[in-house]
Amino acid sequence: MLNNLTQPHDYPGKLFVVEGIDGSGKTTQLGLLAKWLAAEGHRVFVTEWNSSALVKAATKTGKKKNALTPMTFSLLHATDFADRLLYKIIPPLKAGMIVLADRYAYTAFARDATRGVDRQWVRELYSFAVRPDLSLYFRVPIDVSVDRLMARRIKLKFYEAGMDMAWSSNPVESFRLFQGKVLDEYDQIVREFGLEVVDAGGSITEQQRLVRTLVSQSVRVQASHVDVAAEEITHDEPV
Amino acid sequence: MTSPSDVPEFNEPGSPSDDQAGQYYGRTIPYLPLDGYPGKLIAIEGTDGVGRSTQMQLLKEWLEVKGYGVVETGWTRSPLMQPTIEIAKSSNTLNKLTFVLLYATDFADRLEKEIIPALKAGFVVLSDRYIFTALARAGVRGVDRQWLRNLYGFAIAPHMVFYLNIDVKTLIGRILASRGMDFWESGMDLKHGDDIYDSFRTYQIKLLKEYASMADEFHFRVVDARRTVDRIQEELRRQVGAFLEPADKLPEPVLTR
Repeated sequence: MLNNLTQPHDYPGKLFVVEGIDGSGKTTQLGLLAKWLAAEGHRVFVTEWNSSALVKAATKTGKKKNALTPMTFSLLHATDFADRLLYKIIPPLKAGMIVLADRYAYTAFARDATRGVDRQWVRELYSFAVRPDLSLYFRVPIDVSVDRLMARRIKLKFYEAGMDMAWSSNPVESFRLFQGKVLDEYDQIVREFGLEVVDAGGSITEQQRLVRTLVSQSVRVQASHVDVAAEEITHDEPV
Repeated sequence: MTSPSDVPEFNEPGSPSDDQAGQYYGRTIPYLPLDGYPGKLIAIEGTDGVGRSTQMQLLKEWLEVKGYGVVETGWTRSPLMQPTIEIAKSSNTLNKLTFVLLYATDFADRLEKEIIPALKAGFVVLSDRYIFTALARAGVRGVDRQWLRNLYGFAIAPHMVFYLNIDVKTLIGRILASRGMDFWESGMDLKHGDDIYDSFRTYQIKLLKEYASMADEFHFRVVDARRTVDRIQEELRRQVGAFLEPADKLPEPVLTR
């Protein structure tokens, strides 16, 4: 059995991961972290979940026709992940860069299990992954997440709202039910893989301060810069 | 080093009973329990150009004449993945892991949408290649074997797996006499060299070895594929007949009164 996800990697670079449901604010936090690290003189590369060109076509066809089953959904995302891991994540790590991943294997663990895929099977599937140096989980109550998404008038996506499970024909209700279960899965994952929990109900600045403190334990930064100057980031306010 | 012209040796004969048959090999698809479906899954395995498709067609014809409903399935034929796999193959961006995962996705799609429904409805499902081809190809390319077996844990163990066994010399003769050698079947991605003949030979020897190593583990019924099409078919029919007949005896149709 491969155990890459449970053993520390020995690349010179660092891998930091943010996790959380839609509306948890993780992408905002990742953006702020990237800016800070770059300002500190680090070379930073950001990679997003489900973004490789190779499987985009299949995911799109599948979504359009509502043709993906929980298993094919799971395997397609693993394919995308494998593609990005080998072409986008490992090379910068080898080059000593900092890789920031917006969602990682834990997203698959949470979503696929919610869809009824065997939990252990998904974990074994992703056992080729590199263990992050730090994984930050932005925990948010489902109501806060829904409110944030509504306020931004974001149209809920079919699979993100779990519409394929047919638990509700109302996208918002479906999102609530589906992502509510995803949150329960995350709680298990946090314990199992030692993710750092950030209270995503707090202010953006407060959260970012905690993020930078945690990250600075893994990378060299000037201590005085850990404190966030509020004016630097207010324009990124998403809500 | 074994002589490549020797056909790989197998323990005689392929174990006939397999209590896993019709069940998931490993970790299941929890939302698709398999409870006593009446259909049967029969896989025909073997390397490229060994004559699987010909045997499949003849077997299908024979089964249908006998009154069995037959559904065929192949490798990389699902509507969901076929375009993606074709693009990937031609664009050279595939690494061994994405290669394996694309095929697994394709297989999952066919399993859920073709194979399981057909087994449920009582068909005989004939599979031209099965997971063993994926395991062999990935194994040759150095993918972790235990990881591969876990990945394909959701596959259903066939009731019968026929492995068409051949030696590389006979295989090369057949390939050259018919359609010639192609890039992937020659394992050119493994960069054994620029010469397609040498690459084909090296790659297929490795593949045959990989298949042979799975024979006991997966209860292959090994069929000597160096014989004529008719002789091979005869053996397949004898074994398939013996397996299907006692299970559900077809009433003899009365044609004359």
